[in-house]
Amino acid sequence: MLLQNMKYLKKYFIFIIILIKMKKIILSRPKSLNNVVFSYCPGCGHGIIHRLVSECIDELSIREKTIAVTPVGCAVFGYDYFNFDVTEAPHGRPPAVATGIKRTNPDKFVFTYQGDGDISAIGIAETIHAANRSENISIIFVNNTVYGMTGGQMAPTTLAGQITATTPFGRNLKNEGFPIKLCELLSVLDGTVYLERVAIHNPKNIINAKKAIKRAFQCQIDQKGFSLIEIVSNCPVNWNMSPVDSMKWIEDKLIKTFPLKIFKDKI
Amino acid sequence: MIKINSKKCKGCGLCISVCPKSCLLFSEGFNKSGYRWVILKGKKSCISCGFCYLICPDVCIEVLHKI
Repeated sequence: MLLQNMKYLKKYFIFIIILIKMKKIILSRPKSLNNVVFSYCPGCGHGIIHRLVSECIDELSIREKTIAVTPVGCAVFGYDYFNFDVTEAPHGRPPAVATGIKRTNPDKFVFTYQGDGDISAIGIAETIHAANRSENISIIFVNNTVYGMTGGQMAPTTLAGQITATTPFGRNLKNEGFPIKLCELLSVLDGTVYLERVAIHNPKNIINAKKAIKRAFQCQIDQKGFSLIEIVSNCPVNWNMSPVDSMKWIEDKLIKTFPLKIFKDKI
Repeated sequence: MIKINSKKCKGCGLCISVCPKSCLLFSEGFNKSGYRWVILKGKKSCISCGFCYLICPDVCIEVLHKI
C-alpha cells in the first residue's frame, strides 16, 4: 500500500513541478499582423507602428470589418503584413480613396497609413479637403522627415539645416522654406475632430502613441468625424545614424520642432 | 522571461538600449540574414517588464511570465 501511495505521490509532485515551470505568454505578436519578416531596415519605426495599429484593431475587435489604405512609400507592402483587407492608392491619394470606400460602405472601418512625403507633399490637397469635409476616416501619419523609400531626399517636414540626399549642405530656409506642421495646419479647420502628435522614441511614448491611435479609432466607430494621429518616427539609414542614435536624435531635435500634444479634441 | 525569434531579429539593438536590467546582448554568430541576433544573458535577472517587446520593430520578442 505504501509503495503504491509513493508512486501516486511521485506523479503528483511531477505534475506540480510542471505547473510551476509552465509560463504564460503575456505579450506576443497580435493576430492582425501576419507572421512574416518585414522588408524594413533594421531599427525602422514602421514596424513598431504596424504593431500598435494591429494591437488597437485586435482590442477593439474590428478586424473583420476593417479596410486599410496604404500609400506609396516604405509602407507600400502593407497588404503583406496586415491580416485584414488592404487596398493601394496612387501617390498622396489615400484620403480620397478612403472617402470613396467609407461613403459606399458606411458600416466598414476605414483608415489610411501614410508617410510624410505622401501626405504633406503631393497629397496635401486631398488631406486638407478630406479634413474640411469631416469625412469619417482615421489617418495614421508617420513623420520621419525624409523620403525613405527613394533614398532620403528632402521632404516638406525636413528640419532646418538637416542634411539629406538633395540638401547636402543642410536645408536652407531661404531656398526650401520652413518645415510643414500638419497638425497645427489642420487644427484651424472646423471639420477636424481629433488631432494629436505622438512619438515612438522610448517605451513611455510608445504606450502614449497606442492610446492616441485607439482613441482616434474609437472616434470613427462612434461616427464623430475626421481624426489624424501624427507619429514622429525614425529613419536610421537615411539619417546616417545607428538605430539607438536615431531615437536619441528624435528626443533632442525633432520633438523641439514638432512638439508632442493634443491639438484638437472635440470627442 | 522573454523568447527571441533569432530568424526574424535584425540586430538593431533598440531592445538592449531600453532594458532596465541590462540582461540582453548580441550573439556571437550570425543568423541566416546575416545579422547578430539578440540573446537573453541571465534568465533570472529578466523581470518581464516588456520594454523590449514595446520597442522591437520586427515583433520578434515574446514575453512570458510564471502562472
